[in-house]
Amino acid sequence: MTRAKKMIDKIKELMYMPERIRNMGIVAHIDHGKTTLSDNLLAGAGMISEELAGQQLYLDFDEQERERGITINAANVSMVHEYKGKEYLINLIDTPGHVDFGGDVTRAMRAVDGVIVVVDAVEGVMPQTETVLRQALRENVKPVLFINKVDRLIKELELTPDQMQERLIKVITEVNKLIKAMKPEKYKEWMVKVEEGSVAFGSALYKWAVSVPAMKETGIGFKEVYKYLKEDNWKELAKKSPLHRVVLDMVIRHLPSPIEAQKERISVIWKGDINSPEGQAMVKCDPKGPVALMITKIIVDPHAGEVAVGRLYSGTLKPGMELYIVDRKTKNRVQTVGVFMGPKRVELPEVPAGNIVAVVGLRDAVAGSTCSTLENFTPFESIKHISEPVVTMAIEAKNPRDLPKLIEVLRQLAKEDPTLQVTLNEETGEHLISGMGELHLEVKVEKIRREKGIEVITSPPIVVFRETVTKKSPVVEGKSPNRHNKFYIVVEPLPQEVIQLFKEENIDIRKADKKELRKKLVEAGLSKEEADGIQDYYEGNVFCDVTKGIQYLHETMDLIIQGFREAMSAGPLAKEPCMGVKVKLVDCKLHEDAVHRGPAQVIPAVKGAIYAAMLQANPTLLEPYQKVFITVPQDMLGNVTREIQGRRGQIIEMKTEGDLVTVIAKAPVKEMFGFANAIRSATAGKAMWSVEHAGFEPVPQALLEQFIMEVRKRKGLKLELPKPEDFLP
Amino acid sequence: MLMFIGMGLWDERDISCRGLEVARRADEVYVEFYTSKLMGTNLKRIEEFLGRKVVELERSDLEENCGWIIERAKDRDVAILIPGDPMIATTHSALRCEAERRGVKTRVINSGSIVNAVCGLTGLHNYKFGKSATVSWMRSRTPIDVINQNLSINAHTLLFLDLHPRPMLISDAVKILTEVDENVGELFAVGIARAGSESPTVKCDRLKNLKDYDFGDPLHVMVVLAKLHFMEFECLRIFADAPKELEEIVE
Repeated sequence: MTRAKKMIDKIKELMYMPERIRNMGIVAHIDHGKTTLSDNLLAGAGMISEELAGQQLYLDFDEQERERGITINAANVSMVHEYKGKEYLINLIDTPGHVDFGGDVTRAMRAVDGVIVVVDAVEGVMPQTETVLRQALRENVKPVLFINKVDRLIKELELTPDQMQERLIKVITEVNKLIKAMKPEKYKEWMVKVEEGSVAFGSALYKWAVSVPAMKETGIGFKEVYKYLKEDNWKELAKKSPLHRVVLDMVIRHLPSPIEAQKERISVIWKGDINSPEGQAMVKCDPKGPVALMITKIIVDPHAGEVAVGRLYSGTLKPGMELYIVDRKTKNRVQTVGVFMGPKRVELPEVPAGNIVAVVGLRDAVAGSTCSTLENFTPFESIKHISEPVVTMAIEAKNPRDLPKLIEVLRQLAKEDPTLQVTLNEETGEHLISGMGELHLEVKVEKIRREKGIEVITSPPIVVFRETVTKKSPVVEGKSPNRHNKFYIVVEPLPQEVIQLFKEENIDIRKADKKELRKKLVEAGLSKEEADGIQDYYEGNVFCDVTKGIQYLHETMDLIIQGFREAMSAGPLAKEPCMGVKVKLVDCKLHEDAVHRGPAQVIPAVKGAIYAAMLQANPTLLEPYQKVFITVPQDMLGNVTREIQGRRGQIIEMKTEGDLVTVIAKAPVKEMFGFANAIRSATAGKAMWSVEHAGFEPVPQALLEQFIMEVRKRKGLKLELPKPEDFLP
Repeated sequence: MLMFIGMGLWDERDISCRGLEVARRADEVYVEFYTSKLMGTNLKRIEEFLGRKVVELERSDLEENCGWIIERAKDRDVAILIPGDPMIATTHSALRCEAERRGVKTRVINSGSIVNAVCGLTGLHNYKFGKSATVSWMRSRTPIDVINQNLSINAHTLLFLDLHPRPMLISDAVKILTEVDENVGELFAVGIARAGSESPTVKCDRLKNLKDYDFGDPLHVMVVLAKLHFMEFECLRIFADAPKELEEIVE
């Protein structure tokens, strides 16, 4: 029997023993060594040959991933590990660390119960470490810590054993600080502790690791590590205290099985009645219960087509079953079910609750879908994406004949990756893709070229601005085209806290408890009157009706809201989306007869009044910013600061460490295009750098008009600053 | 000068002699079929009848983009042909105001309207009517509220039926009204189809029963009845095949 065959047989056996399953992810800042760790864990568990691991980046199975040396998709793999004489099934998801692919991380967290947080010993806790750890904790996913590249402390920084310890403790303290801040109620149980073995140290590349419990068995402690590394004898070290054993032991000991995890997690990710039969089936991870499956990822397999990957919380999946895609209100038949071993999908006769499963046949499902054998199953809480698209490119097929195919591929890509927005404009024939960053879009375009074989032409990346206002407008009267209706509108800046509230709590105004919502909105900074009259939240803007007792207003409200939404999705300055605008209806006069206040009357009247009001409220553009972290040798510092300052960047902080210096800066995304090449040539390739999103900020006053005109020109609008009269009939 | 010329109810021949003279003499002639329609004719027949070119206007030409037509009327005689009486559709009063405000003289040439045709076809007395309302495809409480207000002062209610996206029929209107408030189904009403044509249909019954009566092609209107004068009752019995029980509401 081949090794692979044996592995499959073991997986098949263990699948049915949920107490012996661990569903886990590996998360880290970019380049801290997640994928190397995953590969060497796999090698240790007998999935790939040891020599190949680490060079091959087994989990980076996309051609582009290997070329770019980063993980783009979250990859799935199952493996078997023996701990204290018992075998365990470990379902592992490797996730990307680059900020552009944050959406993948968020979705992967829904599938797992625990994570290994990987931190580079030299760099310490980095912004992306914080972001991914937060994402895990928000989903009630328990962390353990692996401090990687410990050898660099000795070889590169030449630290003494004491200094080394100090450094490691600092990392642990920072991680615990985050856990405490995010999960105070779980802190005691979840804080990572060296003594208990929820922290391990080592080198993923050189395949060794140590932890306190392991030390008791192997006799290898810090003193020995120091000695081996000084002698550069890591091979011996890896033999005596191998990475996969120490780390996977830690996983089995400290990360929860689906049985333990689902007891608590279900109430966090599912808002149905926990005492209902389906609720209890999930809490108990019952393979005999109704099927409750959350899709976290759609991948495309050249043979099988679309494969939906997700976490099965209850029930048993079998081919031929009919499942409701609850959020899409459709029904699909399961063709095959299986699990992943690296890039290979292994089909199985059935997969029971508690596992990460790959399903063929769920053609209507998207990442985030809920599937069940019950039609009225309450969908899982939607997965929260923390950042929003900031960069856009126009894309067209080189050969017009490929256009239908391109449209199909773009729709497919949007289905696979919800952080990618695709706008198909039938009128202008212009197709836009918007994503998290330049790299995100480049990778998608490359995918269209290579995998789908469509030659495409793209525009240079464009930043999507947001339009906003900075003061309160006067009351503006908007008349309907037939002059029979009047709407009186005021706009003013919306407090950031209100936007935060809607984003984080995913509030549905029509379903929310009125009193509670009112209280929260007042706390966030709306007046009582506004909070009472809130009618709509749309992409960071709100609409409040503060009128009293106007007859037939409620019959017209949907149209008014439609006018509000149209105005917010394309503002008056340059038809860019609006953000942070509070629109208030302070009075209105409606024609008694409904035919005189239809869509053709109400929508333009409201929209025009909002535009005219915004133009009298000191409107401006906001642009997205990035925080940039660059580590270079001291003598290159000048080149780095020059590169940053030439891009309207500000340097926030500089940290020196030995010969290296880390520059933390903030710069507009608009100016950051092409930064990768520029910094490489400015520093002879010696810079290590990463970015994170830093929200939106107003564009400098001196550049405002220029930027507005740039956008207007691109969109074929009149090259004049609009005036309030332009929008009032 | 901007001239609003009423076209009457049914076909091109319902225009008044004066309207016809003015239209023939005007520098430019337009027509609109947005606020109502002339079911018995079409643009080509109107052009032939007038012996000149007539350009059809859209809603936006009468509303948000009305600037250009007022501009043209500054140094020319511009006539707009309008089904029915020109000022019964309130949109045109806004246009007329705007023109005068911009220094363009206006003139109105009246014509037959559904408002008076209803009295003629049913025998109902003009002075017994209250406010009118439109039954629209968008569900609204307005017609129900207006019917009730009128009933409280013992007045009939003329109900116009929505034209867009397609002309509403009496059966549609009864369905919409009774969905908003089923009590109105018990009220007596008169349905009128194709007023102004050679074969109008007029039928009186309880509102709910009108739903199943075949009124034929549009346009349709309705009158919801308040208490009747005995002469009105007699007329409805003769002209509108009213059931005997209508006597219940005779004063």
